[in-house]
Amino acid sequence: MTYIDPHIHMVSRTTDDYRRMALAGCTAITEPAFWAGFDRSSPQGFFDYYRQLTETEPARAALYGIKHHCWLCVNPKEAEDPGFAREVMSLLPKFLEEPNVLGIGEIGLNKNSKNEMAILEEHLAFAEDRNQLVLVHTPHLEDKRKGTLLIMDAIANTKLQPDRVLIDHVEEHTVADVLDRGFWAGMTLYPETKCTPQRAADIIEIFGTERLWMNSAGDWGDSDPLAVPKAIVELRRRGHSPETIRKATLENPKTFLGQSPRFDAGDA
Amino acid sequence: MAETRNPNPMSRTDVVDAYFLEHRAKLLDIAAFLDRVDRADHGTDGPEDFRITAMRNALQVLDDDQGERARRVLELMSDETTDLVDTAPGKGACGTPPPSTDNGA
Repeated sequence: MTYIDPHIHMVSRTTDDYRRMALAGCTAITEPAFWAGFDRSSPQGFFDYYRQLTETEPARAALYGIKHHCWLCVNPKEAEDPGFAREVMSLLPKFLEEPNVLGIGEIGLNKNSKNEMAILEEHLAFAEDRNQLVLVHTPHLEDKRKGTLLIMDAIANTKLQPDRVLIDHVEEHTVADVLDRGFWAGMTLYPETKCTPQRAADIIEIFGTERLWMNSAGDWGDSDPLAVPKAIVELRRRGHSPETIRKATLENPKTFLGQSPRFDAGDA
Repeated sequence: MAETRNPNPMSRTDVVDAYFLEHRAKLLDIAAFLDRVDRADHGTDGPEDFRITAMRNALQVLDDDQGERARRVLELMSDETTDLVDTAPGKGACGTPPPSTDNGA
């Protein structure tokens, strides 16, 4: 079964991961800009990172027949210094012209601070002005529910349409609010700190497949670039129909991402 | 109990057959973890670590019959405040709100 992994950080993954994902049926990915595990020391560090996202990774993915796309922003973990963040944001207009850029992301909150919110609001205004799709990071663990609600309120203060915004990393305590407010929702499949493939299957059973997708968010931490095919196996094991599985892992990503004319699902 | 829009095709017995041993093992992991905490050097006596307290509270949720246990455990381990904090206290999260968190609101 072919699938799309709509959130994975391939800059942190090996070529073997591209190979294994291709073998498992992955035809396309999208890679949001994120925190590298350390704070960059200058805006030039982001310039190089954006080049990696728009030049290097598409070429690396192409070797395995995978279409690579990305999202650009200053991630919330590096938004606590607003002056620095604004310097980096000044780089965005140039890179938005690159053909694999789908929109702004992953923006959001991390520790729900005032500076993080200020930079989030500036990213939302930037996306609104340029009619960009938005991919939202929601905070971790104990900060998630509060942050998710604050983020949705901030988006409601803009003219961004909810169906052009994906709120990522939902879990059982946030998915209902996200879907009820008309947003798309992403479930991230992590071994410990977000959804497991089993819990993602549970959420699909409870909430259905409308405006819901899943991703591995594979990165430099404890994560699994094959998490989406593992969730496919979990759904299949339970006896869910191929149509249900295909909608959650292929058709829904195609529908949301296809709002950008730059999205290419590859052979899917 | 939440409405189920895309029901699991498995019977209740099928679900237990498929997942019981895996979750028996996870239950034993929790039991062994709490034993490990008990055995560890306590240092200066102080209150129980807030994370262990949160886990004990969550275990009570598992043993009631009100359903939606995953959602309720997550909510139990969530920051219930609503105001932005003045400055981010670092980047990480620890899994349940620290009792002394100054939300700076």
